[in-house]
Amino acid sequence: MPTPSFDTIIIGAGLNGLACAGRLAQGGAKVLVLEAADQPGGGALTAEFAPGYRVDRLAHLVTHLDGRMLSALKPEAHGLNWAVKSMPTTVLSAEGRHLTLTGAYGASAPGLDPREARRWADLRARLLRHAEVLRPLREITPPLPGKGGAKGNVVALGKAGLALRRLGREEMQEFLRMILINVHDVTEESLTDDRLRGLLAFDATLGAFLGPRSPNSLFLLWHRLSGDAGHIRWPSGGMGALAAAVTRAVEATGAEIRCKARVERLLTDGDRITGVRLEGGEEITVSRVISTINPRTTLLDLLGAREIDTGLVRRVSNIRMRGTTAKLHLALREAPEFLGADLRHRLVIAPSSEAVELAFNAVKYGEFSAEPVMEIMSPSAHEAGFAPEGHHVLSIVAQYVPFVRRGGWDAGARDGLKAAIMARLEAHAPGIGALVTASELLATPDIADRHGLVGGSWHQGDLAVEQMLFMRPAIGIARYATPVPGLWLAGAGSHPGGGISGAAGWNAANEILGAA
Amino acid sequence: MTDQRHHFRQPLQRSPFHPRIEAANVLNAWAPWAGYTTALNFGDVAMEHSAIRSTASVYDVSPMIKYAIEGPDAVAYLDRLTLRRVAGMPVGGVQYTAWCNDAGHVLDDGTLFRFDETRFRLCCQERHLPWLLDSAIGFDVTIRDVTEEVAGLSLQGPTSFAVLKAAGAAELADLKPFRMAEVRLGPVGPVTVSRTGFTADLGYELWVAPERALDLWDHLMISGRLHGIRPVGTEALNIARIEAGFITANADFVCAEHALRPDRARQPDEIGLDWMVDLDKGPFNGRAAIRAARRDRTLKWALVGLDIEGNISAEGSIVYLGGRKEVGQITAAVWSPTTKRNIALAQLLRPWHRDAGDKLRVEIYALRELQYHKLMLPARVVKRPFFNPPRRRATPPAMF
Repeated sequence: MPTPSFDTIIIGAGLNGLACAGRLAQGGAKVLVLEAADQPGGGALTAEFAPGYRVDRLAHLVTHLDGRMLSALKPEAHGLNWAVKSMPTTVLSAEGRHLTLTGAYGASAPGLDPREARRWADLRARLLRHAEVLRPLREITPPLPGKGGAKGNVVALGKAGLALRRLGREEMQEFLRMILINVHDVTEESLTDDRLRGLLAFDATLGAFLGPRSPNSLFLLWHRLSGDAGHIRWPSGGMGALAAAVTRAVEATGAEIRCKARVERLLTDGDRITGVRLEGGEEITVSRVISTINPRTTLLDLLGAREIDTGLVRRVSNIRMRGTTAKLHLALREAPEFLGADLRHRLVIAPSSEAVELAFNAVKYGEFSAEPVMEIMSPSAHEAGFAPEGHHVLSIVAQYVPFVRRGGWDAGARDGLKAAIMARLEAHAPGIGALVTASELLATPDIADRHGLVGGSWHQGDLAVEQMLFMRPAIGIARYATPVPGLWLAGAGSHPGGGISGAAGWNAANEILGAA
Repeated sequence: MTDQRHHFRQPLQRSPFHPRIEAANVLNAWAPWAGYTTALNFGDVAMEHSAIRSTASVYDVSPMIKYAIEGPDAVAYLDRLTLRRVAGMPVGGVQYTAWCNDAGHVLDDGTLFRFDETRFRLCCQERHLPWLLDSAIGFDVTIRDVTEEVAGLSLQGPTSFAVLKAAGAAELADLKPFRMAEVRLGPVGPVTVSRTGFTADLGYELWVAPERALDLWDHLMISGRLHGIRPVGTEALNIARIEAGFITANADFVCAEHALRPDRARQPDEIGLDWMVDLDKGPFNGRAAIRAARRDRTLKWALVGLDIEGNISAEGSIVYLGGRKEVGQITAAVWSPTTKRNIALAQLLRPWHRDAGDKLRVEIYALRELQYHKLMLPARVVKRPFFNPPRRRATPPAMF
């Protein structure tokens, strides 16, 4: 039995686990991070899917990386380079009438006609102003309604309040009018260009079980914009390189990271946490465990429903985790031709807001979209090392694809899904199918099985207004602490949610250091 | 089977004993209880109460909600669900218990019967199936509502054992309080008998399949004829249970799931059930909250017995400290024919359950021929039960 030279164990070496480890180690804790996979990174993972072809396996762009973590851990000093600091987005058109947005969330969109460009400038400015109100909330422990805030949070809450006041009377009214409405209505009242409306609809609902006409869908767009103010980044070497740099930065703080160490059971004395048991039987004694994996898995499987009260079991069981996103990785023998679009851009196929809504309809009834909407990213267009010379890879995030499919997920269903995605690609890049030399499809349940993302939900729980702030992951455990002394939650399932970020882990570490 | 869509034509169900109860309910004094129509009295409440205390009484408890809890994890499940330790409970034992939500607020109280290592039955006032099922997540246990599968008849009073002996169950002489046994009663067949009740007197509860209910009723009535047996209604039972100091869900406390106002739910310590709470048995629902409330001294209420001057029942009255300060309310009250005292159960703000001395006053509005007389009667906190005769526990029971 190894000696308990650690006072803290963190389960999961994703960005949240790493951020939490780094913050706690800097705060003086002796931290051991246990990761089930053979390398750290979690959703930030670059892997080979066919000989010589590599892609970012899950997340493939960065929109939310936590600034506090970047400045405190300095992964740049440990090898993190940004290949792209502000990736343009091109909305593809099957007729070649593409629309390209550059700068922070379309600061410039030269393809728009002048009147639409003015309308877009107005709406964009408004969305960013509103997102700015939410930004301070990302960095605090969710306040409990009616209980005031913890000491440190009063400042951040005050900042949010101040940001709201600073909007001015009319703008504040506008903020409150828009806060719970849907993105479709907002773009319909403000814009006319279908390509632009399709993009906003796509971005607002990416990774959610929502269509653009679903209530609250605008809020998710704000949430996205409250990260890096609309900038899209991509690290040199891919997401795996980002994870590796952050890992080195965390190790430099003194935290230790152990891979291929799957925690099988949380140990208690019937009262508080006493340690963990690993697959294989090794037990490690420790009085503080922070789980960054799915909150339901943590509480019901690793800890066990018996250890917590029924009301909490009920709430945790009812966290909605309904992934709608699949990934398709393509190896191509030469560069695909998207009717003149720049392969180095983020390419989006979402021809209109209505098209996104229609694609969503299918998943409500347990089917995947016949005409899926998607985001395409080509690492090989930026750097060597992802495909053999002259060849290319595409990383495609497609939705909507249900976790539970009516009729089940057999090989035929996977073939059908792949055919549906390829048909959309073919329509926007004629001849692309003939270039494919290898491919890998990760349907929603595959993502769940291989990466422990319950329900295929990338965020460890749907991102939706009713599962945010003090309701994330569930009422009673939203402040990172659980009712079991010594057990904390710090994953994407906790506030402020997922994405390649680390914010939840950082917030939890702050809370833990404050509580200690 | 009758068309389920016509359920509204008979909004209240009828107990398996209904044909006999209907025939005896000469004043048609009915009241709904848990979805059943039940008798309030059979014409003379005083005589019925007298049967409970002096001879023998039968009261239909079939409407009690009953859950069968079975499986290899039944003990572990019940230890997590309820406040008392179940692991040490003997087979054939019965336990009065209660259960709480996460906030440590009481959801209900009830009796738990253990049939063997893995089979239990929980009887209670309110329905809790969703809570019981959600509590079962992670346990190898099945839970079924068996309310309609079991008919229950409570036989209470000093001659109740004599009645059972006459009915052919002399072997029940050895049955101790809070134990149960299976016996064969002549024409009835097998009957499960538990030495339990809601009266603080010698008494038993008899459980049979619904189709045997009328045979049981008839057989007891015939066997008990010389022992003064008579059916009693809820009014007489209520007098007896107040004398016994027993609390009733949604009368003396509000079940947490029914409470609309956030300050109405109560922890066990606040309704006199603190003795049940076993903090050392491992995790159970509400443990952390109960522990915190005790540690931080945030408990607000206490449930006490009151002895009030005079003979006017204080039902629903407000309790004052001195003349002005409100410190609680009466939840149940009666002039007790057995103890010849004016007794009540009351919720009092802490610390006045302990520190009020002789300063408590109960405000009673006595209606005398269309005019209220306002009385401020002195009251004292006294120990419950108000009535607790040795015959309740004597084993073997005396033959009266």
